[in-house]
Amino acid sequence: MKKSILEVKNLKKYFPVVGGVFSKPIAWVKAVDDISFNIFEGETFSLVGESGSGKTTTGKTILKLLEPTAGQIIAEDIDITNYSASEMRPLRRDMQIIFQDPYGSLNPRLPVGEIIREPLFVHRVGNKKEQEEKAIETMKVVGLRPEYLRRYPHEFSGGQRQRIGIARAIVLNPKFIVADEPVSALDASIQSQVLNLLMDLQQKLSLTYLFIAHNLAVVRHVSDRIGVMYLGKLMEIANTQELFNNPLHPYTQALLSAIPIPDPEIKKERIILAGDIPSPINPPSGCVFRTRCIYAKDICAEKMPQLVDIGSGHFTACHFVKKGGKTEFTKKS
Amino acid sequence: MSTLRTEVQFTESKPESYLSRVTKRFLKHKLAIIGLISVGSIVIFSFIVPLFFEYGSTFSDFSYLYGSPNSQYLLGTDSMGHDLFTRLMYGGRISLIVGFSAAIIPAIFGIIVGAVAGYYGGLADNILMRITDAFLSVPAFPIYMALAKLMGQGVLNIILVFSFLGWMTNARIVRGMYLSLKENEYTEAAKAIGVSNARIIFRHLLPNTMAPILVSMTLTVGGAILSEAGLSFLGLGVPPSTPTWGNMLTNSQQDIFLAPRLVIWPGIMIFLTVLSFNFIGDGLRDALDPKLYR
Repeated sequence: MKKSILEVKNLKKYFPVVGGVFSKPIAWVKAVDDISFNIFEGETFSLVGESGSGKTTTGKTILKLLEPTAGQIIAEDIDITNYSASEMRPLRRDMQIIFQDPYGSLNPRLPVGEIIREPLFVHRVGNKKEQEEKAIETMKVVGLRPEYLRRYPHEFSGGQRQRIGIARAIVLNPKFIVADEPVSALDASIQSQVLNLLMDLQQKLSLTYLFIAHNLAVVRHVSDRIGVMYLGKLMEIANTQELFNNPLHPYTQALLSAIPIPDPEIKKERIILAGDIPSPINPPSGCVFRTRCIYAKDICAEKMPQLVDIGSGHFTACHFVKKGGKTEFTKKS
Repeated sequence: MSTLRTEVQFTESKPESYLSRVTKRFLKHKLAIIGLISVGSIVIFSFIVPLFFEYGSTFSDFSYLYGSPNSQYLLGTDSMGHDLFTRLMYGGRISLIVGFSAAIIPAIFGIIVGAVAGYYGGLADNILMRITDAFLSVPAFPIYMALAKLMGQGVLNIILVFSFLGWMTNARIVRGMYLSLKENEYTEAAKAIGVSNARIIFRHLLPNTMAPILVSMTLTVGGAILSEAGLSFLGLGVPPSTPTWGNMLTNSQQDIFLAPRLVIWPGIMIFLTVLSFNFIGDGLRDALDPKLYR
């Protein structure tokens, strides 16, 4: 049995919409609404979904960069849900984050060497000289030249900056890293380099990743397991192979049908989702996907389907997917 | 050829310290260098040159009132027979000390108030900013007068009064910047590392606020020298027996047609000092901004 490094139980994160004279919350944005999953040691667990589905919020809430509204976050048997900032500090050595935006996530006034050394300084690892040596070593590991130590972030390209961000995340030898769309801001030729770097580092440092992305090709390349999110809820969780070969949830099927195939001869049937993702302030009743689902029935508006195991670690939240993966879809008349 | 190129690339750029880069950048700024030399000269003129002169600041030659410049009195004498050149040097001491202190002390206080208010937000922000508003809404000059009357005249009291009433602008600027800086992703990155709030405020975010603060500080230096002149004119600043450029300027007002040089020389000194500080401020702002490095 694989060891679970992180467990998320019924996690909710609501953001208040304030208004009125007294700045009282008048509504809530349900960015993450009751999701549960766990991540096993050494694997890459990916969260996919379109913009606004709550992937990034989930990642940041897990690291307690955002306060969870409800639910539990258990990191290696420790319930960190209600940990304060100072209680979190020692744990941050083991859980790090790589940000999406390589431009905004590096302080323009700090030289690269300082940015990478900062985690060592904060956690009092070694003296100044050792910290600098470690920073230089880490720069080499991520493919940056040590001469760049005293340069400032704006002197680097996007790919190099993302390497700086990665160096900052791995310098403390963490166990778990949230990679929040680490390549989506990079151009295509750099993406694969950075992805390969991340996978090499996973091997070398035995890291566990929570990988957040919206590009399914990228996700397929790096993940062991995938969770599909829609409007703050998890729709389906499965092994990468299983998910791509046998998608059971209508939303996953629609997502996969949108992957382009680089062969003009092949004609494939695309599932076109009509309309936009509904507002997370006022999500649809019952199943949140029903407004765009081609199979939606009356029951979908009444009951929220639960995420259930339909066998061998494949979870789906749909009324029409039964145990063993049997589906009973019929199109709307 | 190709091997040569790689060679060149590898020997390029030795690690260079932050300070040396800032210094280099600053030295490239011509106006800043002019300002620095000028301020340096004024400091030497005020603090070191008087040591080699025979007259003290209170020396007066009653047989030679409104005297024209001659070999004994380089710039002539004023209505009391004081040697103008000597008075300018001693006046520079007070004016520079007042100018510097009135720029630095309120800036430090303003930065702390603004940073705490902006970074923490919420209740702390509300309380601190309402206090700042209260200070801002009080007309400064009557308060200067009241405080000067209350605490007595003197250089130290002038500095205290200026510090007491000069921090609000800095606090407002800094608060505004922290409000936006704390939403930056690199602030979140620092939190993810486990950096303490105090270190985020002072190590990570403060350098990002220095440019406008430096500019505002250099402007304050000039402003403080001028305000001191105003207070001295009203008899609330530094007592007339102690010369400052400000009180020299204002004391000679009635003599402006009789002996214009009594007004012109202190005026030139104030003008030069204020201008030089502004140049230095410009140079510092550019030197501290790494985005301008090439």
